[in-house]
Amino acid sequence: MERLNKTGLTRRALLSRAVAAGALCVTGAGFIAAPDAAWALEVTTITEHEMATLVQMARDIYPHDRLVDQYYVTAVKGYDAEDKKQMVAEGIAALDAAAKEAGFADYASVGWEEDRVKLLQAMEDTPFFQTVRGGLVTGLYNQKEIWPLFGYEGESFSKGGYIDRGFNDIDWL
Amino acid sequence: MAEAAKFDLNDDSVVVIVGTGAGGGVLANELAQKGVKVVALEAGGRYLPEDYINDEWESFGQLAWTDPRTTSGDWRVAKDFSGLPAWIVKAVGGTSIHWAGASLRFQDHEWKALTNYGAVEGANLLDWPIDAAEMAPWYDRAEAKLGVAGVGGRPRLPGNNNYKVFEAGAHALGYKEVHTGNMAINSVDYDGRISCQQTGFCFQGCKWGAKWSSAYTDIPRGEATGNLEVRDHAHAARILHDDSGKVTGVEYFDKDGNLQMQKARVVCVAGNSFESPRLLLNSASAMFPDGLANSSGQVGRNYMRHMTGSVYATFEKPVKMWRGTTMAGIVRDEARHDPARGFVGGYELETLSLGLPFMAAFLNPGGWGRSFTTALDAYENMAGMWIVGEDMPQETNRVTLSEVKDQWGLPVANVNFSDHANDIAMRSHAYAQGEAIYKAVGATRVFPTPPYPSTHNLGTNRMSERPEDGVVNKHGQSHDIANLFVSDGSQFTTGAAENPTLTIVALAIRQADYIAGQMTAQAI
Repeated sequence: MERLNKTGLTRRALLSRAVAAGALCVTGAGFIAAPDAAWALEVTTITEHEMATLVQMARDIYPHDRLVDQYYVTAVKGYDAEDKKQMVAEGIAALDAAAKEAGFADYASVGWEEDRVKLLQAMEDTPFFQTVRGGLVTGLYNQKEIWPLFGYEGESFSKGGYIDRGFNDIDWL
Repeated sequence: MAEAAKFDLNDDSVVVIVGTGAGGGVLANELAQKGVKVVALEAGGRYLPEDYINDEWESFGQLAWTDPRTTSGDWRVAKDFSGLPAWIVKAVGGTSIHWAGASLRFQDHEWKALTNYGAVEGANLLDWPIDAAEMAPWYDRAEAKLGVAGVGGRPRLPGNNNYKVFEAGAHALGYKEVHTGNMAINSVDYDGRISCQQTGFCFQGCKWGAKWSSAYTDIPRGEATGNLEVRDHAHAARILHDDSGKVTGVEYFDKDGNLQMQKARVVCVAGNSFESPRLLLNSASAMFPDGLANSSGQVGRNYMRHMTGSVYATFEKPVKMWRGTTMAGIVRDEARHDPARGFVGGYELETLSLGLPFMAAFLNPGGWGRSFTTALDAYENMAGMWIVGEDMPQETNRVTLSEVKDQWGLPVANVNFSDHANDIAMRSHAYAQGEAIYKAVGATRVFPTPPYPSTHNLGTNRMSERPEDGVVNKHGQSHDIANLFVSDGSQFTTGAAENPTLTIVALAIRQADYIAGQMTAQAI
């Protein structure tokens, strides 16, 4: 995700600025980054706040503590698009409104996962939630980079299958 | 290899077969071997083992039938996969590219479900007009063609990790008939194809060609005779007939989207249990206002999909179930008919595995949150099995024409399905037994997983003794029109507990014999 933003600053420079600004996801200038500088994403159509909220929402829908944010970012970055803009704006606004009603500043600032999940459960049947959830099934789990973290080995044909590589190597039965 | 034949559109001496899977592909080759001229129309493209992709979603994009279909009824597939009632293939070779390879004969009593089970309320049970003795020699030939491991002196496949967990649990429960299955996957080199390399991805097409598929066996062999022309990307639209009520040809959209008409002496429909009745219904005319071969009103009815479901379980230590044969073993003890269990008919338990991407899609469709994700976190330690049992034919479970139209402007199939009480009772029993198998070997968590989009689609043009009870006779010949045949799983009168492909192949070999004989006798 190495790229230049509009002002010509490098990703690294922006990230260091983000870190300097404190533990903020939203760095401004159409750019959001992880506080630990592990990932960064430039948004061009939807807002930084909306993208940061989508990333949190994605993790709350399919929480895997072994997966860093970057995989969730990859799964939802397609929502930064003109034809998704309205759906995202309305969906995130509704989510934030529900968070406010529950006494929080907005969705992303709700501290506990179980509190966020309650907010999501209340909107589970909305097209917005179902679109995001449905998209994640492929958007997240079809990223080959995450497969090894689950132990999944993917294709084996190029290695000659498992006939000589442990198709029957179970040793605990 | 001799050059494949090329027949003129106006050649009315040919047999036109719609579909090239286990039914149509085998029928095409068997007829070609007997010197009968055949044009096979296939809606999909042509892919061979070197083209198959060992990546679940990418392969799905390559092979699956994803043209629109609609759904209704209370089955969960209608909610979770409303536009995808079936996971079947659109390609030369059809779903024989995707199938797992399980090749079981029907049990003797299953040919006569009505007689042996008695009338079941709400079910439209019927005896097949054929029986085990009639089918035995055809099964012999089908098993030899497919090279089924476990019969004919061919050894069974070795068991993989997923099988070993399953076998240990099954033995702990006292199950007796537990083995690696009768599989159309070579355990030793056979018929010019190599033995299984335990690669996984059986559902995505076997890149070794170790699993039988008509795509790279019967189809090229039929073409080598010079009697078979396969036209791919040829989407059948309508079957035409003359004033005497005999069918005369098939209209289809060719690869450029142009409507063509192939004349025919005989037409055989083998497009799987959604497309075959859809084609008959879309062929309605002034003479046959309810569709072709439909004087009984049974075209599209009695749709069966097997009582299915899966049981996955996680364990303390790794299983790596994806390694090796996808369907790597079977428990047959529950396949018997024993109404003391609270249902008629029986079911098989067969190991199954999905890769991580498909597990995420199918473990609990629509599921989310930690209950779901902790299951996937334990993916490496997971074992899995599939349940396949006899479901009840019901008149209201049916394929009809939808309001929705496809890319050719043709009404698509709507698939309406609701479980019968017998199906539900059997599934509950099977879930409990499947869970018990895994708990017996230390499962830490079990997952009774709902049915996937259907792969065993049966019954929508069923075979019957009497014309008023079904669509085709005991040869798959339509009761109404002598030169119109059904050659796929839609001719199944009842579904039995066994995976259907071997029976589809046996019926196709038998039907080829009949059609060739009838042609020679000038009866058709």
